[in-house]
Amino acid sequence: MIRVAKRKQPLRYQGAVATFSAVAIALVVGCVIFAALGVNPLTAYTAMGKGVLSSVDAFSEVLVKATPLIFTGLAVATAATMMLWNIGAEGQLVWGGIFAAGTALFLFPGLDGWLLIPLVLAASALGGVVWSLIPALLRAKLRVNEILTTLLLNYVAIIYMEHLFYGPWRDPAGYGFPGTAQIPEAAQLVRFAGTRISIGFPLALLCAVFLYYLLKKSIWGYQVQVIGKEQRAAHYAGFNVTGKILTVMALSGAFAGLAGMTEVCGIHYRLQTGLAVGYGYDGIIVAWLAGLNPLAVPFAAILLGALFVGGEQLQSVLGLPSSISLILEGALLFGLFAGQTLARYTLTFSSRSEVPS
Amino acid sequence: MIEDLTFIAQISIKSSVAVLLATVGGIITERSGVLNLGIEGMMLVGALAGFAAGHFTQSPVVAVAAGTMAGGALSLVHAFFTIALRSNQVLSGLALTILGTGLANFLGRPLIGQTGVRIRQLPIPYLSDIPVIGEVFFNQSPFAYAAYLLVPLAWFVLFRTRTGLVLRAVGEDARSADVAGVNVELTRTLSVFVGGLFAGLAGTYLSLSYTPGWKETMTGGQGWIAIAMIIFCTWNPLLAFFGALLFGGLTALQFFFQATSMDLIPSYVLKMLPYLLTIGVLVLVSASSRHRKSASPADLGVPFYREL
Repeated sequence: MIRVAKRKQPLRYQGAVATFSAVAIALVVGCVIFAALGVNPLTAYTAMGKGVLSSVDAFSEVLVKATPLIFTGLAVATAATMMLWNIGAEGQLVWGGIFAAGTALFLFPGLDGWLLIPLVLAASALGGVVWSLIPALLRAKLRVNEILTTLLLNYVAIIYMEHLFYGPWRDPAGYGFPGTAQIPEAAQLVRFAGTRISIGFPLALLCAVFLYYLLKKSIWGYQVQVIGKEQRAAHYAGFNVTGKILTVMALSGAFAGLAGMTEVCGIHYRLQTGLAVGYGYDGIIVAWLAGLNPLAVPFAAILLGALFVGGEQLQSVLGLPSSISLILEGALLFGLFAGQTLARYTLTFSSRSEVPS
Repeated sequence: MIEDLTFIAQISIKSSVAVLLATVGGIITERSGVLNLGIEGMMLVGALAGFAAGHFTQSPVVAVAAGTMAGGALSLVHAFFTIALRSNQVLSGLALTILGTGLANFLGRPLIGQTGVRIRQLPIPYLSDIPVIGEVFFNQSPFAYAAYLLVPLAWFVLFRTRTGLVLRAVGEDARSADVAGVNVELTRTLSVFVGGLFAGLAGTYLSLSYTPGWKETMTGGQGWIAIAMIIFCTWNPLLAFFGALLFGGLTALQFFFQATSMDLIPSYVLKMLPYLLTIGVLVLVSASSRHRKSASPADLGVPFYREL
């Protein structure tokens, strides 16, 4: 029987304890899986590590993966600061991609880059905002649970995107390949020399800093944090909670929409199946690993990006399915919970099930 | 015309079995005060385990048992974290779906495109001869018959037995139940486990009978739809029949439009409809908020611990 009792004072460095235990538990889970498959865990982890750190090229791929993860992590963290669950970053990312591709391909295909890129940026953010405002309005006006609505709308967004690139938006010169035509060069984001890292990465870092100051230094941010911690107190203080739900979800959706833009304009250069690969869901893990701190989000995103690149390496070197990284992601999150509990409670193991008085 | 309607009704039932089983399992879990958003993950793991066991043993019984138990086993992860460690139930459920999806994709990779055991429709003698009704209800797979029995059984246990009373008491007011001598942790753990078994069975139905075979993310969000249906049917298993049929009916309409190549409604709109309808259902339920407040277990999502 495990007995759990609240610590009189939470451990110091709670966050560090939780993150450390998350990584430790994920490593252990990985060991168990590798061992069960008859692969020496050390060989596997070495392959993953090499895949990530062996060359500039390899590490640059980590930052390529981290770019959309920072955006979706910020999206989830923004909402979670007010105790709203945005599980719909995936769908908002898709709409960001649709708006970005639509703007570049059909609305203003002839514009110069200095004008087109800002337009595409704004359009993608708008796409995310529009999609996140649906669950936000339902939550604010009718108290509909946003966990389920944001999640279900992901499926709707993906079905619509597929309809677009299988149907009306399909590249007529694409030999039946499902995808739009390539976006004009003016809309493609500049890449750092020799890598696939686009200016989307520094933009993501800027957004993290922006969110940090918005939450810490503005009245709006202060009120959002109070509402997240103590909803009733916020009501008595006369904060406009309904309005905050809308603005918080809009900002959250804008971040996710930008993730769609950096994918479309920075990586794929078109709308195609590779857009909805789960970055929206990964954002949940990024946000909580970062303890909802915007400045920690990029680090968590890089950790997860490394996990993905390492997972791909496992596939090419040892022939193990790269979905191992999804398992390790789940293990990271559960490890984080264990660490949080450790920091707040003491565990004692006893044979008696009754609590002594 | 009658034939068409019979066909649609029969497919509707067929398409609603997985959501129905998962919903009822979720009701049992939530009635004890634990929210488990991991249903989608448990269904996927159940679908894979059932398919894999069938593939290797060729035994339908082993396949169903393995799929069901796999769902139950995964649910214990959620039970441990939310009940023993008091982690946030929403996050733990989401993590469970991520973990389950990862496990199923990873372990199932070699099984894509393989053949396994297939559990076919099994018309019940005499009953299936009844015109229309027989064809609709009694020319189904054994999973549907199991659901016909399990759903009323779940209602009976929850609302007409002492066990059910204890379970609901824990969900309504864990502290009082504790004072009355109920083992809150054990009751909740078992409820989560039973919910996991139902989700596993639901997943097994998909991979052995509904769309035999293993495909990644083959549940297509049915676990999430089930969670919405739990709210829609006010945590009452008998009403889950209607919730699940709404989903099954729309899926059947899709098949019907495709089969008759009628393009009144574009196919992508048809594909969206189950999700949009589920959102619509949630809106309706929330609009009548009295209905929801009174029906939801009062301690749902609230972790329990004794203050010493």
